[in-house]
Amino acid sequence: MREVAVVAFTQSEHSGEDQGLLETEILAPVIGEIKERTGLTRFGFTCSGSCDYLQGAPFAFVSALDTVGAWPPISESHVEMDGAWALYEAWVKLQIGEIDTALVYGFGKSTQNDIRAIFTQQHDPYYLAPLGVDNVSLAALQARAYMDESGVKEDDLRAVAARSRAAGRGNPFALDLPDPADGAGYDVAPLREHDVAPLTDGAAAIVLAAGDKARELCERPAWITGIDHRVEPHSPGARDLTRSESTRIAGEKAGAAGVEIAELYAQFSHEELILREALGLGDDVTVNPSGGALAANPLMAGGLIRIGEAASRIHDGTAARTLGHASSGPCLQQNLVCVMSGEK
Amino acid sequence: MPSDVNHVVEFPGGYTRSVGPVIGRFLSELRDGRLVGVRTSEGRVLVPPTEYDPDTGDDVTGEFVEVGPVGTVTTWSWVAHPAKEHPFDRPFAWALIRPDGADTALVHALDLGVFDAGAEPPKTLKTGMRVRPKWRAERTGTIGDIECFLPEVTMINPQAKLEFRLSGGRALRRYLEGISQGRIFGNRCPVCEAVIVPMKETCPRDGVPMTEEVELPDVGTVTTFAVNNIPDPRAPAVPFVSGYVLLDGAGVTMLTLIAGVPADQIRMGQRVRAAWKPREEWDASVGNIKWFEPIDEPDVPFDEIKDYL
Ligand SMILES: [Zn+2]
Repeated sequence: MREVAVVAFTQSEHSGEDQGLLETEILAPVIGEIKERTGLTRFGFTCSGSCDYLQGAPFAFVSALDTVGAWPPISESHVEMDGAWALYEAWVKLQIGEIDTALVYGFGKSTQNDIRAIFTQQHDPYYLAPLGVDNVSLAALQARAYMDESGVKEDDLRAVAARSRAAGRGNPFALDLPDPADGAGYDVAPLREHDVAPLTDGAAAIVLAAGDKARELCERPAWITGIDHRVEPHSPGARDLTRSESTRIAGEKAGAAGVEIAELYAQFSHEELILREALGLGDDVTVNPSGGALAANPLMAGGLIRIGEAASRIHDGTAARTLGHASSGPCLQQNLVCVMSGEK
Repeated sequence: MPSDVNHVVEFPGGYTRSVGPVIGRFLSELRDGRLVGVRTSEGRVLVPPTEYDPDTGDDVTGEFVEVGPVGTVTTWSWVAHPAKEHPFDRPFAWALIRPDGADTALVHALDLGVFDAGAEPPKTLKTGMRVRPKWRAERTGTIGDIECFLPEVTMINPQAKLEFRLSGGRALRRYLEGISQGRIFGNRCPVCEAVIVPMKETCPRDGVPMTEEVELPDVGTVTTFAVNNIPDPRAPAVPFVSGYVLLDGAGVTMLTLIAGVPADQIRMGQRVRAAWKPREEWDASVGNIKWFEPIDEPDVPFDEIKDYL
């Protein structure tokens, strides 16, 4: 396998309110900053993750290409998913060996639309979408199943939310959210308001580089030692919702054992607990020092940010071995695990 | 959320989709009011059916099996504030429901009755509860042919109402006549000489007709009492005290409310007086006396009331 590393990571200062910016306008400074940081203006490959439904415009991702400079023509691709899967595609491209650098980005604007109604339309058109069942309602089904099975109580979920929000207040890019309020009401029971990731606008970018190019661009590259993603049946009723088998396998394949820091893309409190179990993370592993998605959840960038945050802990020398996780689909349907190391 | 909607994405008339033989069979059976699953080559029954076994990716068999319609809730969530896309405009549950005979579960709405917006999940909503579909009268072959699921019937609440025209009898009529004038009547037994109040036709001890009418004062002595912590529409507050009061000159106690002081200051032997409603509210009812209240007199020694407990 070719040595490939995350060599740079940038993100926007995420917002919980509509700042009156287009998705492209949120993204542009992030791309500008990563070009400046790496000194690169052209990349061997460019791949992005976003969702046209968030803008309500077909091919909305195309206009974002203006921010990377698509003339003369560049090698480019897009996934209608979180940018973490764009990173996977770029990693594969780097493995093929024709290129040495790749720019990956993800962006999403959640505040200008009804996110739950949009997620409803992303479900299958036969059994789920016609019911009008939304992603939070489905997540709450998983929370209930997990709590029934594990004995975890609502207070345990609240502790996850409290820790995430406190960490987020120390992260200049995350939202400034207060501690979970006493007597916070249910959103969709058993999930309370603080158990659900906040609406967030934001963007993030990562530069991947191979071998010596990585060493040249970064003092301490975050080498990707393992990356894997797995998918489960779409239908929540065909799965065991009390665990995340896809995460378990992806973690095993990517070599999750022995990481010091894990950034998990948990959009609901209970998801963090399910993911920890699936990845076998003990109490000695620091989870979501950035605050995670419960402190800022720019859709389609949230998973990429987890990889970027995990890589940053290697860049700045706080950890030798970290893990970034991304998720997509109802009730943790598919999961991606990226394990990185400072040594190669 | 943003202020006003200024952009709508909608495909006019909706999309036309082929459903194929597996989903198509499920939807056709649904239109006929039946729930079916499809069998995998490993023998599991998938509901709702998919073309492939989710475990192996193999094609499912062509065998369809009628399941349910009763099923078990494997997990649930409670929507206290429904969105406009939701099937109800009042609180309801989503549930994963595994129909009897199936190995997987389907998502559907569960109606547990009428609740105010924002209501907490009802106690009856439980994993493991048994539910069955409520079919729409007009079915078209969509998942919405099941309007929702409803809990199995586990209890009934038959209503019984009979109407009567009762009269209280001579003694009670006379007693209420007194009460309606603010007077308390008893009557004396010719054998044991005890004064019975409220009035009775015969002495409960001796079984002989009562002969002499006696007017009693509205003061007496608490013989025993109980502190009640369950609200009662007739009582002033919780906790309230119900007690037996021996009116001066009476041979039996009366059950009444005792109020006017905190519950913990009421004693056996305490002297009390009737608190009457305002005169303009009197009618021929024992309700003319709201309750008895302590008066400033020395307690009666226990020995004098011990035979009336
Ligand atoms: Zn007698």
